[in-house]
Amino acid sequence: MRRPWSCSLPEAEVTPAWVYQRRRLLLGGAALPLLALSGCAKSREDTPVPAAPAPASAGDPFRTGEPQTTFEAASSYNNFYEFGTGKADPARRAQTLRTAPWTVEISGAAETTGRFALDDLLRGLPVEERIYRLRCVEGWSMVIPWRGIELGGLLKRFGPTVNAKYVAFTTLADPEQMPGVRYPVLDWPYVEGLRIDEAMHPLTILATGMYGRDLPNQNGAPLRLVVPWKYGFKSIKSIIRIAFVESQPPTSWNRSQPSEYGFYSNVNPDVDHPRWSQKTERRLAGSSNTLFAHRIPTLPFNGYAEQVAGLYAGMDLRRYF
Amino acid sequence: MPRLSVLIKPAAHAAALIPLTLWLQRIAHGELGADPVAALTHASGDWALRFLLASLAITPLRRWTGIPALLQFRRMLGLYAFFYASLHFGVYLVLDLGGYWAQILDDVAKRPFITVGFLAWLLLIPLAATSTRGMMRRLGRRWGQLHRLVYAIGVLAVLHYWWLVKSDIREPAIYAAILAALLLARLRRRSGLIGQIEPGGEHGGDQRRNQQ
Repeated sequence: MRRPWSCSLPEAEVTPAWVYQRRRLLLGGAALPLLALSGCAKSREDTPVPAAPAPASAGDPFRTGEPQTTFEAASSYNNFYEFGTGKADPARRAQTLRTAPWTVEISGAAETTGRFALDDLLRGLPVEERIYRLRCVEGWSMVIPWRGIELGGLLKRFGPTVNAKYVAFTTLADPEQMPGVRYPVLDWPYVEGLRIDEAMHPLTILATGMYGRDLPNQNGAPLRLVVPWKYGFKSIKSIIRIAFVESQPPTSWNRSQPSEYGFYSNVNPDVDHPRWSQKTERRLAGSSNTLFAHRIPTLPFNGYAEQVAGLYAGMDLRRYF
Repeated sequence: MPRLSVLIKPAAHAAALIPLTLWLQRIAHGELGADPVAALTHASGDWALRFLLASLAITPLRRWTGIPALLQFRRMLGLYAFFYASLHFGVYLVLDLGGYWAQILDDVAKRPFITVGFLAWLLLIPLAATSTRGMMRRLGRRWGQLHRLVYAIGVLAVLHYWWLVKSDIREPAIYAAILAALLLARLRRRSGLIGQIEPGGEHGGDQRRNQQ
């Protein structure tokens, strides 16, 4: 694949100007709670969630001010095929998932690798609330307030080398804890991947909580990815392995149906799924999920174009879908 | 053969309307889950297919059990299939697409699973319109020929379901298997008895025929 620039870590570490400016705004508006979060916490459990976070605003890509999906809806309507392929299955069956103790393996092209307990892995990293749109490839979307850390901040700790062109993720696949794994609807374990610049992007987070509480099992506890400008299946759940790799890693849905799900899977109203349109979506949010008038146009990159379109400059998004 | 008790038909209607009643109840109490439109679309589609297959099952069931009275339900089941299919289409058109009417033309033309689904519903219309006894008499032999469309409708409906599923084809596969069995039953019978047509109906000629 021809890219306009070669990815080396120093470049990826440069914070885009717009982010830098927003950070000033964020810090200025809610300095106290955010300072309390960053760097001072002894462990994940000690990290306080701000009592009154800065109000989300309509234009803020980190924390959208749109009407949010209810916690009940977000935690009862899930695609987590390891627990069954029905939308209600994960909420019903995910109690058998053991989320503690949880180990994450870091491997590949990096100075530091190894197995880490989740608390150790995340220690000292600033925890933030991010309110993102999540767009499912099936044609519905939610607005969810996540609690998590920037993936880039975590990855930098391990000193990825110049050979780390991609980051690969793996979900737990234990047939004992996850009954759906006994049926090969997908090739288990579930795997996903990002290009290194996508992984280092400030929007990309590892979430440990939502709606002010720990992630429910069905939402990918205890650790999941959230990449808001891509279709939801890229936001891999219950991560047990993160690897720095040199070539584009396999991703589960692409393996399952390569003509329908690409590696990038950026939300794009101009590139339809072969079997259905992606021009519009059903927004499942607002105080009352009634039956009417919830269809809205789908935005390029799920509305995060200003923040991420630059990553794909010069790429044919129909070819690299 | 005397008709069964006069209560059986109303009871059957009441039973056939249970799914709709449950949905209305759940709508009233907001108990359709996070995506009520998807829930209604799937449920109405499921029941349309089930009623269709049930209707197709009457004839083999009747032959197998020897209970001619079963035949009086065949039309009713078929009409409920059309009813739930119309609800399914209506939910999609009005609740799902909402104001995006232009998308329906796009969808029907470019999305194969919607094309076959729309076709299945479309073909149910002439069947529903000619379901009365009066129509049966008027069309005579051609009634039977027209209503054989129900086999094609079954295939289209199963394809519609199969083609919309992301990767778990188990449910559509089960419906496909049931449909295949029902169609196979007719194939075997037809190959064994030349010239046999079954215009059916509550008091159709079947009463006079010796069933196996």
